[in-house]
Amino acid sequence: MRHLLTTDGLGRDEATAVLETADELKRTLLGREVRKLPTLRGRTVVTMFYENSTRTRVSFELAGKWMSADVVNVSAGGSSVGKGESLRDTTLTLSAAGADCVIVRHPASGAPHRLSGWLTDTRTSVVNAGDGMHEHPTQALLDAATLRERLGGIEGRRIAIVGDVLHSRVARSNVHLLATLGAEVVLVAPPTLLPYGVEQWPVTTAFDLDSQLPGVDAVMMLRVQAERMQGGFFPSAREYSIAYGLNEKRLAMLPEHAVVLHPGPMLRGMEIASPVADSPRAAITDQVSNGVHVRMAVLYHLLAGEEL
Amino acid sequence: MAPPRGAAAPAERELLSAGDVARTIARMAHQVIEKTALDGPTGGAGGTDGGTGTPLPPVLLGIPTRGTPLARRLATRIEEFSGVAVPAGALDVTLYRDDLRRKPTRPLEETDVPAGGIDDRVVILVDDVLFSGRTVRSALDALSDHGRPRAVQLAALVDRGHRDLPIRADYVGKNVPTSRTEEVSVLLAETDDRDAVLIRGQ
Repeated sequence: MRHLLTTDGLGRDEATAVLETADELKRTLLGREVRKLPTLRGRTVVTMFYENSTRTRVSFELAGKWMSADVVNVSAGGSSVGKGESLRDTTLTLSAAGADCVIVRHPASGAPHRLSGWLTDTRTSVVNAGDGMHEHPTQALLDAATLRERLGGIEGRRIAIVGDVLHSRVARSNVHLLATLGAEVVLVAPPTLLPYGVEQWPVTTAFDLDSQLPGVDAVMMLRVQAERMQGGFFPSAREYSIAYGLNEKRLAMLPEHAVVLHPGPMLRGMEIASPVADSPRAAITDQVSNGVHVRMAVLYHLLAGEEL
Repeated sequence: MAPPRGAAAPAERELLSAGDVARTIARMAHQVIEKTALDGPTGGAGGTDGGTGTPLPPVLLGIPTRGTPLARRLATRIEEFSGVAVPAGALDVTLYRDDLRRKPTRPLEETDVPAGGIDDRVVILVDDVLFSGRTVRSALDALSDHGRPRAVQLAALVDRGHRDLPIRADYVGKNVPTSRTEEVSVLLAETDDRDAVLIRGQ
């Protein structure tokens, strides 16, 4: 693997290899006092975040550090970006300074793809840590790792992705990856929050949440992304919450074994009720801890092997 | 390891038959019992339980792929011969290798350290073939991240020589003089459907 830009086109074997590596990393680090592996000693990883993030940046940073890579964090605020440097120049600068891997989050869809194009003459790998409304592949991989762990597998499972699909890069990455891994995906959202062209995705769609709940193995709740919404996508937050929020009554409608996922940050009381988020059925903290192992696995597959 | 496709099949010779493999493992089990004094009056010098002072048996850790079933078989034999149950597990060394960047990305193998851990115990690393010693070096590094054993010993079914590092085995099934170009492969029923040790090449 040279870059990780999308889950669209990520092969089943490749995705499974990353997930299996993550499983083994989790097992090997379990209960250790020293959570440090020498695997990426001497490699340099730069995180470049042009958008706010807590869990993703921390997770990548820990992943790199636990594998002994040198991790440098660049944020748009404190860098030359504020002086007007272009994305291309920043990228080439970081690569020239010796970055083996650039992890980028950017508000513009397709930015990581552009980066990878500018780096063809170098050996620097690019990881997409979320680009606009496009993709967030490592989130989908960590969701898949959590589903495998909680459900024992993904093949043939039915997963509902609920809420603001339109603005969600998490949903897009999950749709492709889950389809590749053999799951059946249903998107549940008000018509205004389903993207144009969704009929070409490998999914079914539904507007009514209650009728879907009894038949699914997992529900993935999406955050309502107010920062990306100009104009009325639904009449009011209260009405959205009543129609699409996961409350305790709806939790009871799920099959006994079904799990609840949320990529975070959660808006408690909006798309997910507080008691649901804190219930043992929710795998939300598992998602975060699996995130570190999945990102370690991604760095391993990008940086540990022979240079291509 | 399969011979390269399309190449003329190089001369292949059987070093150990299935019966030889079984006898060799049995002999190694006896050596472990003797060296760690498992049959002695104290019941073993594999470390002591800090709380009670009770002696503990050694921990066998196989290096995947084939070291893992070998460690299990060795543990079974040791228990059969001495009556002492010996914990067996697996220690993957991939993340500690010094040649990761010379090969395509390797998949990770299973790591399974027995529940009691390895602190203050005698750990016996088990591998199929001892060659350059680099795998064992990686294993020693991996081991130190899992705890602090009282002592580490090494068991190998086949020692084929050509060490790159100052490493030697405490228990050797069979010493085989080889040339560097030859290939020694251990087959085990658990991974290859039959037991044998083969040598191939000039």
